[in-house]
Amino acid sequence: MEQFTEAKITVEHFNLFYGSFQALRDINIDIPANAITAIIGPSGCGKSTFIRSFNRMNDLITSVTVNGEITLDGENVLELNPVLLRKKIGMVFQRPNPFPKSIYDNVAYGPRAHGMRNKSELNQIVEKSLVESFLWDEVKDDLSKSGLALSGGQQQRLCIARALAVTPELILMDEPASALDPIATLKIEELIQELKKSYTIIIVTHNMQQAARASDFTAFFSIHEDRAGYLVEFDRTTKLFTNPTLQITEDYITGRFG
Amino acid sequence: MARKVFARKVQNIQNEVLLLGSMVEDAVIKAVLSLKNRDIILAKQIYHDDLLLNDKRYAIENAILIVIATEQPMARDLRQLASMLDVVTELERMGDYAKGIAKVTVKLNNVEIRIPINEIEMMAELSIGMLHKALTAFIEEDAQSAAQIPYQDDAVDKLYENIYHQSVEIMIAEPHNIDNSNLIMWVAHNLERLADRVTNICERTVFISTGELMELEVDDQDDDLDVP
Repeated sequence: MEQFTEAKITVEHFNLFYGSFQALRDINIDIPANAITAIIGPSGCGKSTFIRSFNRMNDLITSVTVNGEITLDGENVLELNPVLLRKKIGMVFQRPNPFPKSIYDNVAYGPRAHGMRNKSELNQIVEKSLVESFLWDEVKDDLSKSGLALSGGQQQRLCIARALAVTPELILMDEPASALDPIATLKIEELIQELKKSYTIIIVTHNMQQAARASDFTAFFSIHEDRAGYLVEFDRTTKLFTNPTLQITEDYITGRFG
Repeated sequence: MARKVFARKVQNIQNEVLLLGSMVEDAVIKAVLSLKNRDIILAKQIYHDDLLLNDKRYAIENAILIVIATEQPMARDLRQLASMLDVVTELERMGDYAKGIAKVTVKLNNVEIRIPINEIEMMAELSIGMLHKALTAFIEEDAQSAAQIPYQDDAVDKLYENIYHQSVEIMIAEPHNIDNSNLIMWVAHNLERLADRVTNICERTVFISTGELMELEVDDQDDDLDVP
């Protein structure tokens, strides 16, 4: 079995509120580096809210308050400059959302925003990112084509290339394959396996088979009676899906609740 | 409970496994009876029944694979279905042992030889009793009962040893019956193997409950026996 010793993200006693409503309660978890961690759980359990706390996407929502600690390589994310933080933590969403620009400009967008102007360096970054996202061979002949002209699966890989272009350390994926067909989904899953060699990956998914086949670790979230989300069980994916420790996890993964 | 359709499919398969189990029990009883009564017709009936038993085994395997493919069972559900695949294989082998006994009946047709039939019947009764309990525990997912069943194997082994000695005595006293006496040893051997395979079913029951694959360790006195 692969060994994962180092924690990339450490979450301690993390609580999140929308106004007076508590959405996440006392989350404690160590997300291993260079591994794929899947987050599963019923709708409304706070999975997306949780991963958006890592790159502080929730800062944009004025009613959100948090306490507890999230550290990235030992640094408190709440004390990091959000621009630098989001360079370290890339994100890919449910629906592919390329900019209405060329393939090239989509990938070059991040490095340019961080001040990169050197044309040949940009070319290198664009190529490397597209190769890493398994898209290069399909688009290399026409990088000036609009990103929106690609198929859904290609658009999603373009969004992954765009995230990779700023050399993040952690990539958050929120249902990255739920809008894709099965073949495009498998391509994304293969890509994720490749990416974990260089990056740490967290993937939120409703598709339990996807979590089971594509991740190293799985965190199962559920909802308290007062609607607050909490972490039920976190373990090796192979353990969690074959012999979970808690009955509530067993009930969820075998389709008996949720 | 959610997943009613899935639960129903699993229950249908469980019923079929139990049916296969009773076919095996029936085959063993008939095989020993054919030997006792020197009944060739009954013995040949067992050959035929074994074909049905094999068909049933494949039908169950197929049904299990379809449920796995279409329902994507996880955790305990998956362990249960995987274990049933294993159990039907064990049962099919047990059916082969019954057929092996029936073959001995056929081979001993018109042969004059003393058969230690009381001991053979006792062995069959004990083995079938173990099998019956093991299948009940398996369907009820009763790991505690399952873990106890292998202890009954010692009595089967002792009878095996007894028949072995009787067979050797016959070989010494009646050298012309050496081959035939060897066939009787085979009958006892088949029943002994059948009881051993019951332990495998018990191990699957424990696996379903705990998720751990392990040998059920019985304080084995095999080394003290004269039979292998």
